[in-house]
Amino acid sequence: MPTTTIAGHAVEVNDEGFLTHPDQWSDDLGSELARLIGIELTDDHWKLVHFLRDDFAHLGETATLRRVSTQTGTPIKSLFDLFPGKPAKKMAYVAGLPKPKGCV
Amino acid sequence: MTTTMRSLVVLGAGTAGTMVVNKLRHRLPTTEWRITVVDKDDVHDYQPGYLFLPFGLIEPEQVRRSRHGLITEGVELVLGDVDRVDPVAREVSLLDGRTLVYDELVIASGTSPRPDQTPGMLGPEWHRSVGEFYTYEGATALREALAGFSGGRLVVHVTEMPIKCPVAPLEFAFLADDFLRRRGLRERTEIVYVTPLDGAFTKPVASRELGHLLADKGITVETDFMVEHVDQERRVLVSYDEREVAYDQLVTIPLNMGADFVARSGLGDELNYVPVDKHTSLSTKHASIFVLGDASNIPTSKAGSVAHFSVEVFVENFIEHVHGQDMTHAFDGHANCFVESGGGKAMLLDFNYDTEPLTGTFPVPHLGPMTLLKQSRANHLGKLAFRHIYWNILLPGRPLGLPAQMSMAGKVPAA
Ligand SMILES: Cc1cc2nc3c(=O)[nH]c(=O)nc-3n(C[C@H](O)[C@H](O)[C@H](O)COP(=O)(O)OP(=O)(O)OC[C@H]3O[C@@H](n4cnc5c(N)ncnc54)[C@H](O)[C@@H]3O)c2cc1C
Repeated sequence: MPTTTIAGHAVEVNDEGFLTHPDQWSDDLGSELARLIGIELTDDHWKLVHFLRDDFAHLGETATLRRVSTQTGTPIKSLFDLFPGKPAKKMAYVAGLPKPKGCV
Repeated sequence: MTTTMRSLVVLGAGTAGTMVVNKLRHRLPTTEWRITVVDKDDVHDYQPGYLFLPFGLIEPEQVRRSRHGLITEGVELVLGDVDRVDPVAREVSLLDGRTLVYDELVIASGTSPRPDQTPGMLGPEWHRSVGEFYTYEGATALREALAGFSGGRLVVHVTEMPIKCPVAPLEFAFLADDFLRRRGLRERTEIVYVTPLDGAFTKPVASRELGHLLADKGITVETDFMVEHVDQERRVLVSYDEREVAYDQLVTIPLNMGADFVARSGLGDELNYVPVDKHTSLSTKHASIFVLGDASNIPTSKAGSVAHFSVEVFVENFIEHVHGQDMTHAFDGHANCFVESGGGKAMLLDFNYDTEPLTGTFPVPHLGPMTLLKQSRANHLGKLAFRHIYWNILLPGRPLGLPAQMSMAGKVPAA
């Protein structure tokens, strides 16, 4: 796995740029990851990112869009506004978590 | 000295519930334990058969049996709809007003397709141009629809993950390719695979080994597609980001959800799955409730093979648990799935919580050597033979001889 430096931290990422060790994540890393995909994080974004982090810590899996939507009370449409195009993938990327996967 | 009878109640007599009562009846003395299993009706379907029904590769009667014949003597089968579980009173109430008291409860109520959760999916065209194969009714109706299909856009669509048997929609696309070729309709049909994920294959080894399959078969893929509604009149799927996919025949996998009584009992997450410890299947909230099969939230595939392996681990743990001992066995998330790839071939996947699907070979007792993550005729025959193994070995709770824990023998480690 390549090591790279983001916001002054040496982190390991996979070939799509996702952190491979979720515990290497921090808030300032999150801001920088968001900037890399053209998103300036507002409070609305942070609420979602912190939910994803907590949820992953409990369940060991990245929350699905539906789960993020119901647990945080954010309509799915708004998730598309906040993380345009690919909210599930982009939220996981910013939160330093594995992207949502199927079984193959 | 008199011992008081204790009661084990199992909710759901599907794959997991049937295996668990049959196995435990042989392990718990009838003088100490009463075992009761509840289901809505008396038909047990071999759900993997639904995949083959629409193509006429299996007959409807081959996938159905009466539950009564599958449940061992000494287990009471109660037919009724579960309304609610009261974990404090340790009581299950049925919709018809009956109640069942338990000392230990196993929830094995599975997951089912919920077309009602996507606007426009149900409607006049449901089970016609808007087809599905995750229910018996859907799979048989789709057989009619495909018999009358004369070409156009065939769209295979996954609403949202997780779904049970997550490879089934891909297999459906592969088998549809075959079916249309055989009928001379392939040239006149576009097959499109629509997924909410960022690819048809999302794991590195699988996409490296299998990524070519879709291109080889001329199946196009629409990724990151989160359906917002179905427009039955215009025959389009519309996404949250306002993309449209047109179809002539849609084959959708509706959102899958656990049973509603789980939600009514305050036991579930947003999709009605019950949170459990992933190694013991014990509810994280209640020390007398275990959850097996598709009904729990464990982070592995919702599949019959997972139900089977986890039941084996559970039975050993449960015996310790009822004797007041610590549970010493841990389920590793082992899943083992045959994947039909068309042309009379299939692939085999084997993985667990920590190890992704790998290539290699895999010895399956009764079936012989299989190739992992590669198409072969042996794998296809294995998948077909599995129906007999399911009815005659798995459900009765006989040992299959496959270890519950995943083994690395014969596998090629990921680079
Ligand atoms: C098309 C298709 C293809 C598949 N292919 C494969 C495959 O190739 N390999 C594989 O391993 N798996 C496959 N599966 C998945 C497999 O069938 C399931 O994972 C497995 O059956 C799960 O077992 P279960 O006991 O958890 O749930 P089920 O077998 O679904 O049983 C749940 C039971 O609970 C009952 N129930 C639910 N709610 C209530 C209520 N309120 N009151 C009373 N009873 C209730 C239901 O009637 C049902 O009988 C496939 C599934 C489908 C749909």
